[in-house]
Amino acid sequence: MYVAAKGGERAIENAHAWMAEMRRGDRSVPELTVAQIREQMTLAVARVMAEGSLYDPDLAALAIKQARGDLVEAVFLVRAYRTTLPRFGASAPVETGRMACIRRVSAIFKDAPGGQVLGPTFDYTHRLLNFALMAEGAAPEAPVAEPAEAETPHIAEFLGQEGLIQDEPSGAEIPPDLTRTPLDFPAPRALRLQALARGDEGFLLGLAYSTQRGYARTHAFVGELRIGLVAVEIDIPELGFALEIAELRLTECETVNQFKGSKVEPPQFTRGYGLVFGQSERKALAMSLIDRALRWEELGEDFADAPAQDAEFVVSHCDNVRATGFLEHIKLPHYVDFQSELELVRRMRREAALASSREVAE
Amino acid sequence: MTADYNFAYLDEQTKRMIRRALLKAVAVPGYQVPFASREMPMPYGWGTGGVQVTAACLTPDDTLKVIDQGADDTTNAVSIRNFFHRTAGIVTTEETEAASIIQTRHRIPEAPLSEQQILVYQVPIPEPLRFLEPRETETRKMHELQEYGLMHVKLYEDIARHGHIATTYAYPVKVAGRYVMDPSPIPKFDNPKLSDCAALQLFGAGREQRIYAIPPHTKVVSLDFEDHPFDPGHWDEDCALCGASNSYLDEVILDDAGGRMFVCSDSAHCRTRRKAGHVGPLGAPYKEEDA
Amino acid sequence: MTGMPLLRVAGLSKSYGRRVGCTDVGFDLWPGEVLGVVGESGSGKTTLLNCIGGNLAPDAGKVVYDTRADGLRDTLAMSEPERRMLMRTDWAFVHQNPRDGLRMAVSAGANVGERLMAVGARHYGRIRGAALDWLERVEIAAERIDDRPAAFSGGMQQRLQIARNLVTGPRLVFMDEPTGGLDVSVQARLLDLIRGLVRELGLSAIIVTHDLAVVRLLADRLLVMKDGRVIEAGLTDQVLDDPQQAYTQLLVSSVLQV
Repeated sequence: MYVAAKGGERAIENAHAWMAEMRRGDRSVPELTVAQIREQMTLAVARVMAEGSLYDPDLAALAIKQARGDLVEAVFLVRAYRTTLPRFGASAPVETGRMACIRRVSAIFKDAPGGQVLGPTFDYTHRLLNFALMAEGAAPEAPVAEPAEAETPHIAEFLGQEGLIQDEPSGAEIPPDLTRTPLDFPAPRALRLQALARGDEGFLLGLAYSTQRGYARTHAFVGELRIGLVAVEIDIPELGFALEIAELRLTECETVNQFKGSKVEPPQFTRGYGLVFGQSERKALAMSLIDRALRWEELGEDFADAPAQDAEFVVSHCDNVRATGFLEHIKLPHYVDFQSELELVRRMRREAALASSREVAE
Repeated sequence: MTADYNFAYLDEQTKRMIRRALLKAVAVPGYQVPFASREMPMPYGWGTGGVQVTAACLTPDDTLKVIDQGADDTTNAVSIRNFFHRTAGIVTTEETEAASIIQTRHRIPEAPLSEQQILVYQVPIPEPLRFLEPRETETRKMHELQEYGLMHVKLYEDIARHGHIATTYAYPVKVAGRYVMDPSPIPKFDNPKLSDCAALQLFGAGREQRIYAIPPHTKVVSLDFEDHPFDPGHWDEDCALCGASNSYLDEVILDDAGGRMFVCSDSAHCRTRRKAGHVGPLGAPYKEEDA
Repeated sequence: MTGMPLLRVAGLSKSYGRRVGCTDVGFDLWPGEVLGVVGESGSGKTTLLNCIGGNLAPDAGKVVYDTRADGLRDTLAMSEPERRMLMRTDWAFVHQNPRDGLRMAVSAGANVGERLMAVGARHYGRIRGAALDWLERVEIAAERIDDRPAAFSGGMQQRLQIARNLVTGPRLVFMDEPTGGLDVSVQARLLDLIRGLVRELGLSAIIVTHDLAVVRLLADRLLVMKDGRVIEAGLTDQVLDDPQQAYTQLLVSSVLQV
């Protein structure tokens, strides 16, 4: 006698228990600590903070541990947590011009005030697996130098002095918050940048790459890439002045792009912009290229049918938590709808068989 | 760090925001109202829209039923029911008649609903025109100007190609003579129940950030042609367990040889019938331990 | 017949930044009349057509149309829903590239039937019947009704576009280089078809072209445009056989008479 399948509840409990076991792995191996992840997987932590839209290295590290290293799952955990956090106010815009840079490079000038500071980068490493890392050993010590005294002004400012590069419109207007208002098209640049800042690094990497290969090429030069600490300040009306409440590590990228010149403007360099939590160069670069590609309309350029130019396409699909949710939901039961399709296909095949047997008879 | 959740998880501000969207939706039947969907503890695609709508409607006196594919015991229904049990502490039930709020994925319960009930649907893609026109800017205009010709073009193509309208679920409807709406992926068999329903029907799409509604006793018409009228479909078989001849049936494969049986998708409906003494061709008299 | 022109255009101007598209164009169009607009590329004729036809917003001017229901209306002052409805029923726009005026992803039958369905036709058999009727009129074989336009030749696509536009019985048709990109023999056939339909249905039309042979065959009257202005206007035969302006003379003389 058929008994309807039951026990969904027990199945879920057992699934969770088994997963907890797999997360821990071989118990003879020491357990990973959140502090270890925070300290030694900083780039993964940076990605989770950036895409989770929440700057908290400990929480990001915890999420990575809980998610067994699946970064999109970790981003989901961080975002869900973020939803529950109360908001006390908004900070003043951060002054990236006053960043204490640990890394600062420019591809458009050989040198500039502030210097070319290579910083902790993989750029010139030889990608040879270092088997020495399989054993734990003494941490390498880097040589120390005197910190730079002077500030490091933005390179774009020098181009701006000659009028060679377009001004970025400065607005007193507070941009809408993507996490609090429903997405609407056409989306203004501020909203697009928010979406890109928390967009999936892989997706944006591919799109940026596509622009370099001719899908709406923007002739990008890296005007400046800087990584370092910036102060976050918040205005306290009761005190009458601003207080520094935090220091964030940010990556900022400004690209310089050639303007083809429209019927209305003499030629000028144009800009792409990227800003990300943590040390996230790939993301910041990708963001700049895509930001610039999406600006085709306001710059009077042609729509070349390139995916990176299509704001609705880019912004709707760069959110990896939304994307994976919808992608993976196809694993859920769909048998009721499938039943309807089954019935239709069976019916159409019956009709076709009937029709062909009638033909044979004639 | 422990988190103390507000009743039904969402904070009151968020609930207020969702209720405002719901009120707009009820005022304009079938119109998709944008709302700022929150990141919930379950993934987009797992019913976050439905969960947010339910959370905004729940009061401590409510009784909640959650079904998926018509059954209370499918994994996601279990998961959502537990979520509300944990965050709202309300009474939950598997009996359709006992529930004041029913959250559903992909089915409408067989038992007629009452004016005391709210039916909350989980919606993946709220836009009925989406697969004909991918741009939101364009589909918005089409709704605004009632330019629904493209919808009928699709139905025409189906008939030209297959001899039938080939849409079997998420079958588009016209609500109160104005907006064309996607009723969520319910089988077309359920479409007639949308019309003149005594309960309030609410639709939540979390990932796509849209809410829409059908107020009680509203006329809802499935799109068709005069000479190819809407056909909800029917079954040649009855439910093997309870003998129901007009409920939606799930096909269950029994053995390697392809033997199969058909059973009510709405598990509560089936159980109610069996309790009342109905027995289907492969069923046995109802026993309490089967519940 | 109201004794009023079907369409009265006045002071129509459009520029792109410092570049002039068209400037201060005005004319009347009567029921059943075909107006040709000729000039070289850059003369402003396509801009003019798009401004009148509702695809582009002009900077200045009036486009007064004698609607069936509401009398004389300035279409530029209409609300968007009204204008879009007009463009789907009483007006038709035949694009130079048929791909711009067709749905390439649906069948020929659906392409022709769409405007009917858009204004409420709900009987599949009758819609299909109307589509078959129109395919026949534009000389497309009936058995191609379920084929997609991508499978059609350029000439066939153009004829399909015409059928798609005419199925709701518009009174005013805009055509942008209708024979552009087609072989000479195909052009001839298309022009014959258009001429037949225009006469049979009593259509008014505004046809933009750089090809004088097209206007010779189809147009009752002619506007000659240069640098955004109308420099000469009159009956087709008069303008082509006895051009007054130097530019018109140049235009006429530099074309092989077909």
